[in-house]
Amino acid sequence: MSSPQSTRRIKVLVAKLGIDGHDRGAKVIARALKDAGFEVVYTGIRQSPEQVALAAIQEDVDVIGVSILSGAHMHHMEKLMEKLREYGAEDIPVVLGGTIPIPDIEPLKRMGIREVFLPGASLRYIIDVVRRLAEEKRAREAETLL
Amino acid sequence: MERERARRLIELARKGNLRAMGRLLTLLEKPSQESMWILEEMASQAGNAHVIGVTGIPGAGKSTLVSKLIGGLRRQGYKVAVIAIDPSSPITQGALMGDRLRMQEHATDPGVFIRSLSTRGLKGGLSLAALAMIEAFDAFGFDKIILETVGVGQAEVDIMHAAHTILVVTMPGAGDDIQALKAGVMEIGDIYVLNKSDKPEAQKTYEYLKFALEKGDIGEQEEGWTPRLVRVSAIMGQGIEDLVNAVEDHYNYVRETGRFGRSIESRRLLLVKLLAERILYNILEKAAKEVARTPSQTDSGRIPIAPLSLALVEETCRQASTTIKGKMLLDL
Repeated sequence: MSSPQSTRRIKVLVAKLGIDGHDRGAKVIARALKDAGFEVVYTGIRQSPEQVALAAIQEDVDVIGVSILSGAHMHHMEKLMEKLREYGAEDIPVVLGGTIPIPDIEPLKRMGIREVFLPGASLRYIIDVVRRLAEEKRAREAETLL
Repeated sequence: MERERARRLIELARKGNLRAMGRLLTLLEKPSQESMWILEEMASQAGNAHVIGVTGIPGAGKSTLVSKLIGGLRRQGYKVAVIAIDPSSPITQGALMGDRLRMQEHATDPGVFIRSLSTRGLKGGLSLAALAMIEAFDAFGFDKIILETVGVGQAEVDIMHAAHTILVVTMPGAGDDIQALKAGVMEIGDIYVLNKSDKPEAQKTYEYLKFALEKGDIGEQEEGWTPRLVRVSAIMGQGIEDLVNAVEDHYNYVRETGRFGRSIESRRLLLVKLLAERILYNILEKAAKEVARTPSQTDSGRIPIAPLSLALVEETCRQASTTIKGKMLLDL
């Protein structure tokens, strides 16, 4: 007999932003996070920053994971962070994965992106980072209203 | 302190704050002292929303259909909330929830709120969370609440009884007339939706379903309502107006006959029963540890399964009456 769920599962939004149909990576990540015991909401391809921000808020996720392979990451991530601020959700940690040139990593982090995963990042590492960010967010929740 | 937080969240949610709504729904997912207080607050403000259950076999196109239904209901001016239930892994308890991706065109519509919910490998848990969310969306002022679930298993049939209107979605090639005769979710529809009706074999399936409905093999004939069959192609956007009209007709029917209020009463009774079941289950788990501690193999070597079960019931009742007095055993 399975016992009732007593803990709140870590919940992650996996999203693709912009005109970019390459969703294999996003699906591999979504699957790995699911297998790590997380609840994963996958919103599919060709999403706008506003769609992703609102989905994250309605689903009350702990972490947002974005995959971009189109090269438009600087533009889209800036817009996403803007939207999150607009809706008062800038406390939700955002991570990014994809074909990101190394010189872009610093500016992305200055934008508030918590971690950038490059091709070759191990699933284990990604899961660990997501878990750590989620736990940090939960810890902050205890002190604030939202 | 927790109550103060809940009160402030509810206040914000009432003003339309999406984050506060999202957080309240999260709190309602897991029974606790705090969530019970929130639930009671929500339920006291609820009672106006029309709850539409959507069920049917995996792959029938429920999520795509729900997306079109949202569009149709929005055109009528209704505010629409969706609770999309997806299964979770019985092994890791993790879940990949993909219903939402079919509905993302509505993500930026302020009159639409979509929330995914995983089954958590637990019958009562699913229903309890879903029922609590219905009260919350109702209290938040949504006119229509769509509850989408895979129609397998008793729990999902149970949860459908929380809905005023039940849509059963099927598709061409999903089985012949014998499948339609089988007991289960096919029996409970107020409206049957043949999705993917642009497919070549759709006509045959339509005939089967029509015949089964006319014979009364599926669907329950009620005074004042004959179950309907609607042909739709969600992906092509065909038949959506017919579907919305059927849903509205059924809504008028439940309103006019007083079934609307009775359905809310019975969904709350179901909520109370599920909560009691949860509390009882927690006590049972505790009591089982006690019973397991006393080795009770009889001299003859016979394993006394039935007597042990009775002893467990006895111990559960004892603990229920003595140890919990006024205390909620939800946080165990």
